[in-house]
Amino acid sequence: MVGIVSYGAYIPRWRMSKELLGKGLKGEKAVAGPDEDSLTMAVAAALDCTKDVDRSTIDGVFFASTTSPFKEKGVASIIATVLDLRRDVMTADFGGTLRAGTTALKMALDVVKAGAARNVLVVSADCRLGAPGSAFEQSFGDGAAAFLVGSTNLAAEYVDGYFVADEIYDVWRRDVDIYVQSWEDRFVYTRGYLRVMREAIAGLFNKAGLSPGDLYKAALYSPDARRVGELARAVGLDPRTQVQDPMIDSVGCTGVAHAPMLFVATLEEATPGAKVLMASYGNGSDTMLFTVKEGVERLRGARRGIKGHIASKRMVPDYTTYLKWRGLVTLPERRVPMAVSYPSASAMWRERHRIYPLHGFKCKKCGTIQFPVLGPSHRVCVNCKTKDEFEEVRLCEKRGKLFSFSYDFLRGVPIGLINLEGGGRLFLEITDADVRELKADMEVELTFRKLDLWRSDGIYGYFWKATPPRT
Amino acid sequence: MGCTKFDEHWDKSIWDLVVDACYEAFEDAGIEPKDIQAAWWSSVIGGFLGRSLNYALKLDYIPVSRCENRCASGHDAFFNACYAVACGAYDMVLVCGAEKLKDAGLPIPGVVDPAEPYISRVDTRFPPPAAYAQLAVRYFTHYGIPIEKGKEILARIAVKNHYNGSLNPKAQFQRAITIEEALKAPIIAWPLGLYDCCGITDGAAAAIITTPEKARQYRDDYVLVKGIGMSCGMYQGEYKDDWSLTYIEENVRASRMAYKEAGIENPRKQLDLAVVHDCFTITELVIYEDFGFSPRGKAPEDVEAGTFELRGELPVNTDGGLKCFGHPIGASGLRMMYEVYKQLQGKAGQRQVEIRNQLGLTHTLGGTPVDSNTAAVAILGLRGA
Repeated sequence: MVGIVSYGAYIPRWRMSKELLGKGLKGEKAVAGPDEDSLTMAVAAALDCTKDVDRSTIDGVFFASTTSPFKEKGVASIIATVLDLRRDVMTADFGGTLRAGTTALKMALDVVKAGAARNVLVVSADCRLGAPGSAFEQSFGDGAAAFLVGSTNLAAEYVDGYFVADEIYDVWRRDVDIYVQSWEDRFVYTRGYLRVMREAIAGLFNKAGLSPGDLYKAALYSPDARRVGELARAVGLDPRTQVQDPMIDSVGCTGVAHAPMLFVATLEEATPGAKVLMASYGNGSDTMLFTVKEGVERLRGARRGIKGHIASKRMVPDYTTYLKWRGLVTLPERRVPMAVSYPSASAMWRERHRIYPLHGFKCKKCGTIQFPVLGPSHRVCVNCKTKDEFEEVRLCEKRGKLFSFSYDFLRGVPIGLINLEGGGRLFLEITDADVRELKADMEVELTFRKLDLWRSDGIYGYFWKATPPRT
Repeated sequence: MGCTKFDEHWDKSIWDLVVDACYEAFEDAGIEPKDIQAAWWSSVIGGFLGRSLNYALKLDYIPVSRCENRCASGHDAFFNACYAVACGAYDMVLVCGAEKLKDAGLPIPGVVDPAEPYISRVDTRFPPPAAYAQLAVRYFTHYGIPIEKGKEILARIAVKNHYNGSLNPKAQFQRAITIEEALKAPIIAWPLGLYDCCGITDGAAAAIITTPEKARQYRDDYVLVKGIGMSCGMYQGEYKDDWSLTYIEENVRASRMAYKEAGIENPRKQLDLAVVHDCFTITELVIYEDFGFSPRGKAPEDVEAGTFELRGELPVNTDGGLKCFGHPIGASGLRMMYEVYKQLQGKAGQRQVEIRNQLGLTHTLGGTPVDSNTAAVAILGLRGA
C-alpha cells in the first residue's frame, strides 16, 4: 500500500487583479513576488509538507517544473539542503512538460512501492510567463504543491493510474522562448486537451472498473475556467459537484503545479473513503486514482496548503510593477557607488549550511545562539569567548519578533532585526510586507527568497527574509 | 591645524583640498613643509596608499602611512601620529584626512566592503540611514516614547546643529532651520527624515603634531592631547540577541578610556564643549547618554531643556556637526578637532563658547548600531587644563 503521507502547498502573497490586464476582466491571479521563483515556491511548499515529519525517513526529493531557474543545475538538491535531509538521498529534477509534477509523483509512488525508498518528497512549482496582452497572461498563475509519498500513515492511497503519451504542437515553449506559445485555440482544445484528457480519464475508469458516479471529486488540470466543465461533462462527471474548482479566477493555471495544487485542495475537504482522481495534461495525460485514508484528518489544520495561503494576500499595485518584477521592462542599470564585489560560488559553497537551512551556532558552554553573519564558521563565542565549542542549530523554521526595523528609499525594501524564538538574532529584509503595518515586537516568520544581487556574475543568490506570518 | 570649507567641490580635486588644508596647517603652526618628518593619511576611498597624500604635497621622501578605519579614520590616523611623537620617533609630523565623496558616492556597508572583496553576498545590504533608523525605532520603543514625540526630540537636535552651522563659514549648510521644517522634511529611512541625516560632502582637514616642549617654541596657545580612547565592537549587535539597541557600547568604552587619561570624572561639568559624531540625530541623542552627559533614558529631557545648545550647559557640535559639514569620511575627525582647537584658542567667532575648564572632546563613530562600531574619542585641552 503506497500513497500520500503528507501534503503542502504555496501560493504567493501577491495577487494581480485581472482588471490590470484588461478593462472589465474579472478575478485575480497569484503572482510570484520580485524575490520569488519556482525554486523558492517549491522550498515553501516542501517546508509546509514536511512540518512535524521525521525528515530522516525521507530518502528522496523530486522537483518538477517547466520554469526551474536553472537549465543546468539541480533544484531538488537545494530543497534537500534546505530541509537538512541526509546526504545519501536520491534527488531528481523533472521538467519538459506540464505533466512533470504528476510524472514525478508516479515515479515516487513506484520507487516506494518497489521498496527502494521509505518516503519520497515530490515538489511541483511553476511560474510561467504569458506574453503581455495575451490570453495566457490572464490565465497563468504561480504556485507550488508538495507531497510526501510513503507507505504508512497514508492520507490518500494510490489505487491505479492510466497514462497517455501524445504528440502535438498545441502549447509549447522552445529553449529560446520567454513566453509560452500556442497554436490556434480550437485546434489546441479539440485535438489536444479535450481529446487526450477524455481518453486518459475514460481509460482509468475502464481500467479501475470505476464509474464516474463513484468519484468524490476530480482534480483536473484546467488551462482556463471554461474547458474543464466541457471535459467533465464529456467524461460523465458533474461539473458543479465532482470537479475541484480550478482556481482560474483566484490563483490561475499554475502549470506543472496545477493538478497537484487542486489535489491538495481536494484533500483539504475530503473524508476517509472518498475516491479522488487527479489528471494532468501536456503531450499526453497522467491520470491517477486515490482513496482518501484516515491520515488525512491528521493533516487538517496542520498544513497551510491551499486554504491557508489563499486568504492572505496583497494586491500588485499596477501593471508596470508586475513587468519590473518579471524583468520584462529594461531599466537603466542601477548606479551603484563604486565597485560592488561579486557573489562568489566558492564562498556560497563554504557557507551552504548557513545560507540554505540557516544554521546558527549554539555555544555548548553558555547556550548563546549566534548566526554566523560573516561567513561559514563561528569560532569564538561572543558571550563567553569559548573557542570551537559549538553545535549547529537549524533556525529557518523558527518564528521571531521584529526587534527593530526601518525603510529607506535607496534599498526600497524594509529591513529589520529579528529575534528568533529560542534565541538568535538576524538582520534581514522584510518581504511582502506593507511597511505601514510594521511595528516593533510584531511577530514574523522566515521565508526563503531569491536575492536582488546588484551585480550577479551569472549567479542567482538565495537567502532567507522575514515576512509577516501568512496565518 | 587646517580645514577646507566642506562643500560640493565640483571644481576641485581631492589633491586641491589636501593642499589647501595642509598649507593652512603649515601656516597656522608656523612651519615649512620640509619640517615634516612623517605623515599619516586618513581616507576611506580617496587614495588607498600612504603615499597618495604625498602625490599632492611632495614631501621629500618621508614615511607616509594610510590609516583607514571607516568613519573613525581621522581619529585613528591622529592617534597613530600622536603615538609616534609620544614614543620619541619623531617630533614634527602631519596628519591629513580628506575625502571626495561627491564624485564617487558613499560606499555602503554590505554593498561595498573593502575588507570582503569576494564573498557570498547573500546577507542583507543596507545603507547607513536604514541601520541608524533601527536605533531610533528601538530607542523610542524601549523608553515608551511615541514616534511623533521622538521625531520632535530629534528635530530639536537638527535645529540646534543647523543654527550652529549657520554661524560657520566653513560649513556646507549654513542655514538655520525650524522644528516644523525638520518634521516635514522628506523621509530618508523611516523614521529618520532629511534633517536627521548628514550630507555627503567633499572636504579636508589637517593637523601638525609635535611635542609640548617643541610646541612652546612656536606659540603659547598650543593645544594638548589630554586623552584618547578607541573601542571596537565584535558584531555583537547581531550575535547577541539580548543586545538592547538603545545605546552604543563602543562609545561608552572609548569615552571612559579618554576620560581616564584626561582626568575627567564629570564630563558634563568639566568639558567646555564636545564635537561628536552626529551622522544621524538619533546618534547624537544616544551619545549624550553613552558619554555620561545625560543619565540613561534622560537625554530627551536634556534636549528639551537646551542643555547642549550653543549657550547651554554643555555645548555640543558648536560648529554645526556632521549635520552641517556633511561627512567626508576620512576628514571628519580632524574637522572636529579643528573646531575644538579654534574654540580653545578663542578663535571661534560668533560660535565662541565660554572656555572655563579648557577642555573639549571630539568623537567619531564608524559602523552601525545593528552590528558594531569603532568609536574614537579625543580630549583636547590647553596648557592649564
